[in-house]
Amino acid sequence: METIFTLQAFMLHTKNITYVLMVAALIGITGFWLFLTEHDDE
Amino acid sequence: MSDKTATTGQPIFSPFNIVAGFILLVGGIITILRFTQGLDAVTNLSDDNPWGIWIGFDLLVGVALAAGGFVTSATVYIFGMKQYHAAVRPAILTGFLGYALVVLALHYDVGRPWRLPYPFIMQRGTTSLLFEVAACVALYLTVLFIEFSPAALEWLGLKRARDIVIKLTILLTIFGVVLSTLHQSSLGALFLIAPSKLHPLWYTPYLPIYFFVTAVIAGLSMVIFESSLSHRFFSHKMDAVHLAGKDTVPLGFGKAAALVLAGYFIIKVIGISAGNTWHYLATGYGAWYLVELFGFVALPAFLYAVGVRDKNITLIRWTAALTVVGIVVNRFNICLVAFNWHLPAGERYFPHWMEIGISVFIVTLGVVVYRFIVTRMPVLYEHPYDDVP
Repeated sequence: METIFTLQAFMLHTKNITYVLMVAALIGITGFWLFLTEHDDE
Repeated sequence: MSDKTATTGQPIFSPFNIVAGFILLVGGIITILRFTQGLDAVTNLSDDNPWGIWIGFDLLVGVALAAGGFVTSATVYIFGMKQYHAAVRPAILTGFLGYALVVLALHYDVGRPWRLPYPFIMQRGTTSLLFEVAACVALYLTVLFIEFSPAALEWLGLKRARDIVIKLTILLTIFGVVLSTLHQSSLGALFLIAPSKLHPLWYTPYLPIYFFVTAVIAGLSMVIFESSLSHRFFSHKMDAVHLAGKDTVPLGFGKAAALVLAGYFIIKVIGISAGNTWHYLATGYGAWYLVELFGFVALPAFLYAVGVRDKNITLIRWTAALTVVGIVVNRFNICLVAFNWHLPAGERYFPHWMEIGISVFIVTLGVVVYRFIVTRMPVLYEHPYDDVP
């Protein structure tokens, strides 16, 4: 595990990962919504 | 003595009555022991573990599962989805009984029932989360009582009083949503005071949000679960409108639950990222956390979605049951399993059989009262309004 010494380094590290995850999550939830509503018109 | 009850025509010594009667008898005896001999006689609680299953299950799970009341009334009266109207009264009744039993269960843990009003009259703990929870639960229990009262008033034939309460519906619904948002999240916030006691995977500043979102999931799932049990055991009490809602409610609420579960899964992962607790996932606690995350969040989200897509009502109902179990697991994890995780195994808490007995007693009491009400009052059918004098 990478050692983090300062709050600045901690925030930079966690936010970097969180922003990447958020992009993946937005794409994922859109795909899930399309999967969920695919048969709504039937 | 007749072996049949006068109102329902059901035999008194039915299997349900015998089992329920036995549980209530044992619960009554434990209740006497608890209030005469103290906590030590009936619980395994200690200074290290002051909150057992009476808080973890009866209160935290009870409040979450009673969220169906505000979720359903908001769906129908605020979002205008009138197709789910048939689900409102059973959901309000379940919510009211749930909260009433939470308050009853709290007496077992706290003791001294005559001191229940103390938060409001003896001290000014307005900065305390527990004060906020107490205030919200007291107010919301009152709101639920008033929301449910039209059914009782119709049963009693008091049309004018019923009409007055009906006019308050929107106001009560808004109150219900506001109060629920406040205290559901505050129950999660209670654990923010113990960062050193709660395992880092479960401890996060997002706990209040998690508790509120899971309460919405619990509410949606409980309405489906309760609706499926009602259709199985009380279908003879239902009118055409309620029977027609047999598929409408699971499909609509299942869809909502799928989406909220997916959102919850995302914010749970974001919680791990924000706390940088990834490395704990490789431990034993991490494995259990992943079981909760994938087995009781991701899996139900997927199963709900498949059920809604394929219009598979049976799958949606089983998924609702799985989700309800998931809520129980989540609250147990936060309050019991991941709490005091540093303590050696010998000092960890495991409930006394009499604690479990009281929890079973409380649930049974709820089922018996629910059964009593729905077999008499217009909960699962519309009251013949014109017949009310």
